[in-house]
Amino acid sequence: MMKKAFAVTLDPATSHQNHTGSWRTLRPVNVYKLPPCNNQCPAGENIQQWLFYAAEGDYEHAWRILTEENPMPACMGRVCYHTCEGKCNRGFLDESVGINSVERFLGDYALEHNLSFKRPTRETGKKILIVGAGPAGLSAAYQLRRFGHSVHIVEMGKEAGGMMRYGIPTYRLPRNILDAEIKRITDMGVTIECGRKIDDIEAEKKNGKYDAVIITIGAQISSNVEIPQGDTNHVLNALSILGQIETTGDVQIARKVAVYGGGNTAVDVARSLRRIGAEPVIVYRRNRENMKANDEEMDAAIEEGIQVKWLSTISEASKNNLKIEKMAIDENGKLSPTGEYEDLPADAVVLALGQNVDKAVLDKIEGLKFEKDNIIINEETKMTSVDGIFAAGDVATSNRTVTNAIGMGKNAARGVNAYLNGQTYKKALKHEIAKFEDMHPWYYTDAPKTVRQELEVARRSNCFDEVQFGLTEENAIFEARRCLSCGNCMECDNCYGVCPDSAIVKLGPGKGYEFNYDYCKGCGVCAQECPCGHIRMVPEQI
Amino acid sequence: MLKQIEGSLGVAQAVALCRPGVVCAYPISPQTHIVENLGKFVKEGSLKDCEFLNVESEFSAMSVAIGSEVGGVRTYTATASQGLLFMTEGVYSASGLGLPMVMTVASRAIGGPINIWNDHSDSLSQRDSGWLQLFCESNQDAVDTHIMAFKIAEEVGLPVMVCMDGFVLTHAFERLDIPDQETVDKFLPKYEPREFINTKEPVSIGAMVGPEAFTEVRFLQQRKMAKALCVIEKVTKEYRELTGSKSGGLLDCYNCENADIKLIIMGSTVGTAKDEVDRLKTQGINVGIISLKSFRPFPYAAIKEAIGDTKQVICIERAFSFGARGIVCPEVKRAMEGTNCDVKTVVAGLGGRPIFGTTINGIVKDALAGKFTEEFTWYDIDTNVLNNSTLKDENVSFSQGPIAQSVLEKSVKA
Amino acid sequence: MLEKIKFYQTGSNTVGNRLITPAMRTIQASVDRPNSLTSGHRACQGCGEALGARYAIDAAMKATNGQIMIVNATGCLEVFSTPYPESAWRLPWVHSLFGNAASVGSGLAAAAKVRAQTNGDNVVPRIIAQGGDGGTTDIGFGPLSGMFERNDDVLYICYDNEAYMNTGVQRSSATPPAARTATTQLVGDKPGADWGKGKDVPLIAMAHGIPYVATASVGDLRDLEYKVQKAMSFHGARYIQILVPCPLGWGLSSNSTVTAARMAMETGFYPIYEAEYGKITSVRKIRQVQPVINYLKMQRRYAHLTGKKADPNVLARLQALCDANIKNFGLVDGTDVTDQPVAMQAYERSQAV
Repeated sequence: MMKKAFAVTLDPATSHQNHTGSWRTLRPVNVYKLPPCNNQCPAGENIQQWLFYAAEGDYEHAWRILTEENPMPACMGRVCYHTCEGKCNRGFLDESVGINSVERFLGDYALEHNLSFKRPTRETGKKILIVGAGPAGLSAAYQLRRFGHSVHIVEMGKEAGGMMRYGIPTYRLPRNILDAEIKRITDMGVTIECGRKIDDIEAEKKNGKYDAVIITIGAQISSNVEIPQGDTNHVLNALSILGQIETTGDVQIARKVAVYGGGNTAVDVARSLRRIGAEPVIVYRRNRENMKANDEEMDAAIEEGIQVKWLSTISEASKNNLKIEKMAIDENGKLSPTGEYEDLPADAVVLALGQNVDKAVLDKIEGLKFEKDNIIINEETKMTSVDGIFAAGDVATSNRTVTNAIGMGKNAARGVNAYLNGQTYKKALKHEIAKFEDMHPWYYTDAPKTVRQELEVARRSNCFDEVQFGLTEENAIFEARRCLSCGNCMECDNCYGVCPDSAIVKLGPGKGYEFNYDYCKGCGVCAQECPCGHIRMVPEQI
Repeated sequence: MLKQIEGSLGVAQAVALCRPGVVCAYPISPQTHIVENLGKFVKEGSLKDCEFLNVESEFSAMSVAIGSEVGGVRTYTATASQGLLFMTEGVYSASGLGLPMVMTVASRAIGGPINIWNDHSDSLSQRDSGWLQLFCESNQDAVDTHIMAFKIAEEVGLPVMVCMDGFVLTHAFERLDIPDQETVDKFLPKYEPREFINTKEPVSIGAMVGPEAFTEVRFLQQRKMAKALCVIEKVTKEYRELTGSKSGGLLDCYNCENADIKLIIMGSTVGTAKDEVDRLKTQGINVGIISLKSFRPFPYAAIKEAIGDTKQVICIERAFSFGARGIVCPEVKRAMEGTNCDVKTVVAGLGGRPIFGTTINGIVKDALAGKFTEEFTWYDIDTNVLNNSTLKDENVSFSQGPIAQSVLEKSVKA
Repeated sequence: MLEKIKFYQTGSNTVGNRLITPAMRTIQASVDRPNSLTSGHRACQGCGEALGARYAIDAAMKATNGQIMIVNATGCLEVFSTPYPESAWRLPWVHSLFGNAASVGSGLAAAAKVRAQTNGDNVVPRIIAQGGDGGTTDIGFGPLSGMFERNDDVLYICYDNEAYMNTGVQRSSATPPAARTATTQLVGDKPGADWGKGKDVPLIAMAHGIPYVATASVGDLRDLEYKVQKAMSFHGARYIQILVPCPLGWGLSSNSTVTAARMAMETGFYPIYEAEYGKITSVRKIRQVQPVINYLKMQRRYAHLTGKKADPNVLARLQALCDANIKNFGLVDGTDVTDQPVAMQAYERSQAV
């Protein structure tokens, strides 16, 4: 042992006696912000969280987190218009994360590995009737089943799937994928009765002793428009064309077809017609900037050789020819006719101007209220004006996408569950949204988005093979790892590393960090250097 | 073993016998020959397990020594004059950290004006540095004192300056008795540092100490100095018994029995004085010499005992304090407080001015004749040289012979 | 597959990364990092030097399996880490004086070698001498140069915060032009530190031909750790100068220490490179080039360059200085070091300051 000099020689780490935390005027705390992707997702997916596990290669865990909100990731990874990506903060850096493609990868992974949903651990004995087996109905059924309720779906179509089967062409959604994901739901004990149209919902509810009903019948009637026409020109509607192709694989139609409309259905039908040998021309009264259809879908259509007449309305149809009036558009998007006309050779017109709800059956429900052709529902509980009757999907919203239907179905299920328990469903409060300005982007490596491989254009004109390919595992991980983890911890150790006072405790994998307020002087370097904006400095109570 | 060699070589051999682990040095006269020889010993392999560092300044020499001592290795360096001043900050650091290194100061005047010859102004400028200062009266004393110095330093836990007069001793060829390695090894065990930094017991050495403990740190340093008085005596006794040497000690008395007057002298002047005292004795004048070996710690009790009831004491000093008076004299006065002993300073031998037997003779005779009426006298001042300047510039002249302090003061008033 | 995709949301720029193997993470990411300089020290809030010292010494400890002994010059680091009765160091450490850390290091290295020799130890502890820019580029410069020329086995680390902070922010020879310090105040026609003065110690160190010289910054931990570990793979004299922003002295908010250090790199204001035996071997490329104003505006010591009364010429000259660094050191991707770079002061002087 050494003989240590008094005062001049000190023992190691004795500074621990000096609790510098007393210097602090600001205190770091963890904040949990809502990532913009999660906030945007109509299905309410915890995108960031499932990307977190996907990035680790734990695909099953990622898939289980994902399917808490959405039971059909393989379908969704194909048909969702992924507005989440538009809100992705990574877009400010290079390009948004390819959330949709990772979702598809996870969905396909689950199918490939036969992952199934867990059956509920207890049965509540409650019975719920769902009218319509489209995405909203399937989603609601799934969620209700997870609560332990019995669910029976009655579907008027020959098969379950709704617009996913009869509206979306197979080159976007192969039916084996759809079938497999529906089967996984029925495997939980959900029963689906196809080919029956319920005429009296209230009677069905009463006779079947259902405790609640969710109406998810969609909007199946094509909108019409008056076009003065000679008797020889075919005017058809988009849904019936898509339905025919789905059932028979073909449709009898002329070669030159004008598709009238600018929404997704217009694009779907044009691209489908192209595949059966027609030469479709999309006629749309506005311009590209004002088009409702999804950009990527429209790009693909143009790539496949589909012509578009922008700023055009059909004023007359005669045999082999359409009379088109040119439109003018001002900077506010307001249209005005120009009085200029031109001819467009076309043998048929397909109307793709939107869909309406079939109100015939709904009108029989006493007290059911509508706004235009939508059932009015409580935004939170999804209950209609009639007690015990809920609605979700296209029937109850003008935002008619598959993803929105899934989200509404989920929320309707939650509303029903609360109702059955004698409560009123209330949505949890949202965390504040993680903004790009709150992040520290220097830490993120530049990493451009992975481009999904696609079917060669030349092959697309004669088959309905899926156009977009899935990601390889390597690409999927790459994409998942591009996530910035906005507003939530990704365990990068930055706070732990940059603290000049070693006042952050690392708790180990999955456990995050803790502030050691005995020594934290409140300098705020941890908050400043957190890439995710997960730390906030708050005034100390003095 | 008896050898006829230069003092510096003798000291180098003595240091080498102590097996230092690190020797570092920067050249400055008149210390250079010592470290030149040590460098050679290391390079030729006769001094093993030793690192010899040629550094770029005395500041670094002292700092390297601090580093190696803190690293737990016996360390030696040497310097003089300006070099000692250049390393001063480190000198204080070494004692403050309690590092038992040994450093030779080959005593030399401090400039300006620059002067390379011997006096004691360099080491005495470090009076309050917290180092032990041991003065040597001969090269044999220097050889022995260096060996003892390591043991003293290591027992006390403070660094030691061994002061030997520049040129007069360092460059003089004399017959020296250099002990053999076996004897020195027996006397001086392998170095066991009391405190050093190492990876097994990681301490922080050299903390900042504020008002809450600084006085106590100083008090404990002063206690070490008090302890050093005993250690010097003990080690000297041990060394003398082992080697038969007469060197070392706190002080050494010569012809002090029944002396009419006693001279207190440090360094090589003692040798000159002894010869003259012998001559004076034949004339019936009984002069005692107290050779002051340990200037720091100052041996008050031993001085008092050595002076005894002698009524007249002259300190022959080769340095003084500007604006004050002698440096040794006030210490002796403190030792003799309460007695009627008369203690005075005679300054001589500044900047290499030789102190001959005749100088000593003159001092003794003047003292006995009562000519030193004041505490402080410039003894060997050359008024011819002085008047050259003062007459021309100020029309002031001084009469021949020693000049008392009051004469100096009056010459200013006029 | 997981191994194959090495980069991640954050690439390798964060301290840790749960998705890469522990061996690829920084030392600072580890729960059992040495914490050589530990909690309870009395550095100001957000001290860059405290951070830099822990980064560097932990890396050296890791590289030598804990065989490190430290000599510390007088200065902030010494004062805040070892005021009686508490030391924040966990490893052997000594402080002697302001200007002598390099030579005490030489002595300690000699002692370590001799002790190992005489005790028959195979492991010789390695020595790090460290100090601030004042203790290094000014008062301790002679001993530093001496240690270099003798090629003593000492790594000298200069924590460069560009002024004498411990004594109250006075100018050192590492203070950049136009910066305010207590001795280069913002008064007169030419506010702040003079142009064409100062010393480029890394280049001077290289001129000694020592085995390893590097600059680093607390703004890039991975680079810093790499350099310290690289330095420990050499024997002989080595020098690393680490930019450590001082919130107090620079007039930074206490949370922006690391960001400011990063900005100094990304603007080219503080070139980061390494050299072996007098020749530059690699340069840290700027990831996202920033205009110098983004660096200056964070700091009150440059307040006179960003306010209403700002002299645009001075700002332009500072930008030119950064541009010259970028060119001379080849700081952007796809460029090389043009020649052996010369001290920035030479550039300033030759541009008719």
